[in-house]
Amino acid sequence: MEKDLFLSDYNEETNTVSIILCGEIDHHSAVIIRREIDNMLLHTHPKNLIIELYSVDFMDSSGLGLIMGRFSLMQKLGGTTILRNPNERIKKILSLAGMERIIKIERTTEKNEKK
Amino acid sequence: MKKSKKIINSMKISFPSLSVNESAARAVVAAFSAQADPTTNELADIKCAVSEAVTNSIVHAYPDTIGEIYISVLILEGRIIKIQIKDKGKGIEDVAKAREPLYTTSPESERSGMGFTVMESFTDKMSVRSKVGKGTTVVLLKALGERKMAE
Repeated sequence: MEKDLFLSDYNEETNTVSIILCGEIDHHSAVIIRREIDNMLLHTHPKNLIIELYSVDFMDSSGLGLIMGRFSLMQKLGGTTILRNPNERIKKILSLAGMERIIKIERTTEKNEKK
Repeated sequence: MKKSKKIINSMKISFPSLSVNESAARAVVAAFSAQADPTTNELADIKCAVSEAVTNSIVHAYPDTIGEIYISVLILEGRIIKIQIKDKGKGIEDVAKAREPLYTTSPESERSGMGFTVMESFTDKMSVRSKVGKGTTVVLLKALGERKMAE
């Protein structure tokens, strides 16, 4: 069952941290992901944080907490946060908390996704 | 609610409040509920609602201990799924307050305060019974069928 929870990349040129979240984001995995992402953010102090959600199969409100928390950390660091490619399920949860009004959401993949 | 409906099938599980059990709990409930032939979206709603309730028990009912979490699932006549998630933990002092969107007792551990809101939005009925020092029981009803899709 232990799969990669996320992949990350730091681009020095653009000063951007990209995180690709994978699989199931719940309270259990969010605790682990948060620790590792924050480590990276505090080391690199990026200008931009991109959170790619395309590979997320499941997310509950713990995922919301994870995103809200990284957003506010980035604000403290003076950077911006962008969410990419949430599926309909994730969008539904994001909108319950009104997140689309706070965080920029982008779509970079084709419309005909499977999930 | 009308008179109690006939029970088609039922299942009970219990497990210790380890966060690693969150995914197993929602997967088991979803697999059992699949007997009633829900849509993909309905099944995803059930999974998410169960995940929220189980997480609440793990994080809030048993904050410093490991306690037991009990789930019972009933498939009722008329394709209604009734899910009860119960713990014998701390209990909730003010249930009405806890149900408010974005209300959280533990912002420092990044709880979004959206658990009950998600449960309420993703099911047809939610009830919460709680007694301080005794525990909390959440009952979720999901009616499957030709409902208009949310999106």
